[in-house]
Amino acid sequence: MATKAADTRASEGPSLLERIKLSGGFTPYFLVFPTLLVILVIAVYPMLDSVRISLLDNPLINSPAFVGLHNYGSVLGDAEFQGAVRNTLVYSVISVAFETLFGLGIALLINKTFPGRGLVRAAILVPWAFPTVVSAQMWLLMYNDQTGIVTYILQGVHILAPGTSLVGTASGVVVAAIITDVWKTTPFMALLILAGLQVIPGELYEAAGVDGSTRWQQFRSITLPMLKNPLLIALLFRSLDAIRVFDLFYIFGAREVPSMASYSNFKMFAGTAQDFAPGVAAAVVVFLVGIVISLIFVTLMREPARQS
Amino acid sequence: MAVQEQTLITAKAQARARMATAERKAMWGNIGRYVAVVVIVFIALAPLYWTFITSVKNGIEINVSPPTLFPKQLDFSNYTQVLVNSTFFLPDLRNSVIISVVTTILALVFGVFCAYAIARTNFLGKSAVLGTILSVNMFPFIAMVGPLFVLFTGVINIYNTYAALIIPDLVLTLPLTIWFLTSFFRDLPPDLEEAARVDGASRLRALWEVIIPLTAPGVFAAAILSFIAVWNDFLFGLTLTTDESAQPVTVGITRFNAEHVVAYGQLAAAAIIVTIPLVILVLILQRRIVSGLTAGAVKG
Repeated sequence: MATKAADTRASEGPSLLERIKLSGGFTPYFLVFPTLLVILVIAVYPMLDSVRISLLDNPLINSPAFVGLHNYGSVLGDAEFQGAVRNTLVYSVISVAFETLFGLGIALLINKTFPGRGLVRAAILVPWAFPTVVSAQMWLLMYNDQTGIVTYILQGVHILAPGTSLVGTASGVVVAAIITDVWKTTPFMALLILAGLQVIPGELYEAAGVDGSTRWQQFRSITLPMLKNPLLIALLFRSLDAIRVFDLFYIFGAREVPSMASYSNFKMFAGTAQDFAPGVAAAVVVFLVGIVISLIFVTLMREPARQS
Repeated sequence: MAVQEQTLITAKAQARARMATAERKAMWGNIGRYVAVVVIVFIALAPLYWTFITSVKNGIEINVSPPTLFPKQLDFSNYTQVLVNSTFFLPDLRNSVIISVVTTILALVFGVFCAYAIARTNFLGKSAVLGTILSVNMFPFIAMVGPLFVLFTGVINIYNTYAALIIPDLVLTLPLTIWFLTSFFRDLPPDLEEAARVDGASRLRALWEVIIPLTAPGVFAAAILSFIAVWNDFLFGLTLTTDESAQPVTVGITRFNAEHVVAYGQLAAAAIIVTIPLVILVLILQRRIVSGLTAGAVKG
């Protein structure tokens, strides 16, 4: 998208060749080189190295043996990991769905000027800025069975039996993680959607207003189609972020109710030396799931917008 | 004539009726909007409020059922516990400040050059460069942790030092910094820079003397966001450090509930200390953060 904007500007002015000469030939490459090097060495390289390590028996010793896909076999066959996959997927689908819905609502709300808009904007940035792990701790203060207000309320309305708490059961941990994530990440979703709303030309609504169409019709026929790509991009970001969830499950679920990422962490660092490579294999699985999700979204975005 | 007048009158009546409905709708719209504002602000801030009152309740009141919504008396002993008696909280806080500041400075140095090239010059492969940098932001960082652990405990022996966190934290902050800086640099009218370059200033001097001063608020916002991103890291801190010599405060805070008895009051006090600086920064910079995030999202 960045180049598109630059290209249009280029076609208005001098020819492309002249422009490249004007822009100083190799200077841009020198300018981006340090960043690119950092990214390649400390992000891309470890990411690829994790694939190599996942094929070894014990990478922490001097001469590890190559064991092929053995680690993947043991991880995928582990009931605990299957549970982690289930937890992660349920958490991801539900939290992203709610965040999109609420995010859309908040974006539509603060897209108009009205007294109090600044207050909403400031208030929603507060949870967004918190460290996720600290947010988890704050919600744990409300979820726990001794002092928690959420526990007290849920017991009061008989959703929880006396003496139990949300974080005491496996499904409860997933629910707790979803609630906390929706609280924390809806603001980000709202801002991404707001960005999409702000580029919809106001004339479209004016024309629709002259036609006498209702607000809901305008939303259906103008807002949603124009929002399709920004929404898909926001959904892709959130989905990739959701499947790598770590902090929330680390705090609420600990070893008993893991996500894929926290399973991987416990395997690598809380198990025996033999568990390290399978832990890395589990992390590679998270990576692969992310690639599949990205491919699905890219296909959806390429699809021409359907006429409504 | 008469027919025309007739239609004119009905049209006027219809318009009046429509306006009345529109007014009624607008009134309900306003009420709905304010209800939404109250609900959103309440939900956003309630956990912070609960954490605060938990932090100032005394050991008895904290366990009272039903929980009290307004503490009967303010007791700051949790704060003294956390700040004075804890052996790890202050060192961890110091570590977080050092790591966040150093990483932010490095990210800005790298990011300013890179974002300048992307925003203000044209070169082949620009979208590939930007795409690579931004996509790193979506990597599952858990897959970096294993290789980095092997590397930092073996070949490069920096496990449990600041370097072990500053290096991977750059990956958390560079994409964000470049995203922001690019959108701010791009918004600057090209004439300003061209004028400076006609005067004989090199690209780098134009960057340093014209662009950065003019986008200083944006650069500052990028710095704050970078600081927050590093400050909020938990995964790298948990896996690449082991004690107070480099451990960040996000890991330190989990130690309050790692013991047999969870010290809820101290946990709350620690959470307040860690988050209040963020709340203040965000409230001061909210307008710029929102414009950076939304502008970047559209153009980036």
